[in-house]
Amino acid sequence: MISITGLRKSFGDHEVLRGIDLEVAAREVVCVIGPSGSGKSTLLRCINRLEEPTAGRVVVDGVEVTGPGVDLDKVRTSMGMVFQQFNLFPHKTALGNVTLALRTVLGMDSGAADARGRQMLEVVGMAGKADAYPARLSGGQQQRVAIARALAMEPKVMLFDEATSALDPELVGEVLGVMRKLAEQGMTMVVVTHEMGFAREVADRVVFMDDGLVVEQGPPAALLGSPREARTRSFLAKVL
Amino acid sequence: MLPELITEGAKNTLVFTFFSFLGGLAIGLLVALMRLSRRRSLRWPAAVFTDLLRGLPALLTIIFIGFGIPIATGWQFPFPKYFPGCLALSLVAGAYMAETIRAGIEGVPRGQMEAARSLGMPYPVAMRRVVLPQAFRLMVPPLTNELVLLFKDTSLLAVLGTLAGGKEITKFARDFANARSNSSALVAGGIAYLVITLPLIRLVAQLESRTRGAR
Ligand SMILES: Nc1ncnc2c1ncn2[C@@H]1O[C@H](COP(=O)(O)OP(=O)(O)O)[C@@H](O)[C@H]1O
Ligand SMILES: [Mg+2]
Repeated sequence: MISITGLRKSFGDHEVLRGIDLEVAAREVVCVIGPSGSGKSTLLRCINRLEEPTAGRVVVDGVEVTGPGVDLDKVRTSMGMVFQQFNLFPHKTALGNVTLALRTVLGMDSGAADARGRQMLEVVGMAGKADAYPARLSGGQQQRVAIARALAMEPKVMLFDEATSALDPELVGEVLGVMRKLAEQGMTMVVVTHEMGFAREVADRVVFMDDGLVVEQGPPAALLGSPREARTRSFLAKVL
Repeated sequence: MLPELITEGAKNTLVFTFFSFLGGLAIGLLVALMRLSRRRSLRWPAAVFTDLLRGLPALLTIIFIGFGIPIATGWQFPFPKYFPGCLALSLVAGAYMAETIRAGIEGVPRGQMEAARSLGMPYPVAMRRVVLPQAFRLMVPPLTNELVLLFKDTSLLAVLGTLAGGKEITKFARDFANARSNSSALVAGGIAYLVITLPLIRLVAQLESRTRGAR
């Protein structure tokens, strides 16, 4: 579903991704872990080209995202992204957040967009807050609306960038619950996270990144339980 | 004297202010978007425009548009009573508003544009539906302030306003005072400005404290 080869990204003369190769199969859940600054966000942002890769190829669902003349807006509708800071549109209600792209990108009329929007809010347990503005919602509720907003486009892939890192601890569970449900329904997911419990229970595979490289990857039990690389061990010793 | 000061002078001042503000907004938005563009070929003309028009005295710009262009080209503006004045003030106001609008757009967190783009919205759609509505809220106090400045700057058009029925307040009051050797028209003109500007100045102060409170 996602195929990344030789991906490099530099900001000025600082090389942040130094040759990443990564395959994600359809219906697979891959958790990406690693120290802060190791390039996890940049990797995700190169997949939907919010960052412009310096070199390398990204193919998603058969479309070469990094190819010349690609219709970026079109391929982005096949990838949902969830941000650490939610990034809900503050001037739109929860429902308005979900329906804006349905109307402006998919060209749905407002009746159809509202119907799908409410259905998506239902999926994340936010149907009761459809008319609330983001400022009136808790962080966990905002993030669930953001997930609904991304899901409404019926993406093939979901990218999560530390979706729970900005949340108060008591709100983390509700968001992880939604993500777990998505995984069980067979969504292809790349999840950058510090939640080792989630990675252990939900991921099909865990990828450890450090300093712009994939250091080690494998099934969660193996990678988290008996890592081969010293760098992985020392990272896990700090976070577990 | 007072009736014409209102029906001609104040009316024309408001007409100049209204059209120049709209023109300034349109020019300002265009120039701001050009300055934020990734393309250098759009950025530098916009930067030259804002620097030039903010660097020149507004009075010179007005004289240049009102007299310089017709003299140099032999071309007469359509609607000569209003068009040259509105054009000159729109250009000056546009240069200042471009900076205000740019600051407003830059005041919207980057994540807003990114979230919109990640949903597949093209840049112009994301700008219009997501970023500009939020930027506009940040821009209301400074734009209202620029409205006050623009309202007062219409008095500079006194150098142009020689056509019948086309005088704004300052020109009207000055001609009246000259003709009658009586300066009370100038006082009346001043009062006419203050009637509009003082409430607006209070409004700006209120808007500013409210935006600060909302942060
Ligand atoms: N827009 C940018 N400009 C310059 N440097 C950046 C930019 N974005 C990220 N970086 C740098 O790239 C490195 C990796 O960042 P990031 O991908 O956010 O890491 P992670 O998500 O693993 O914490 C960091 O050193 C960061 O400072
Ligand atoms: Mg990050």
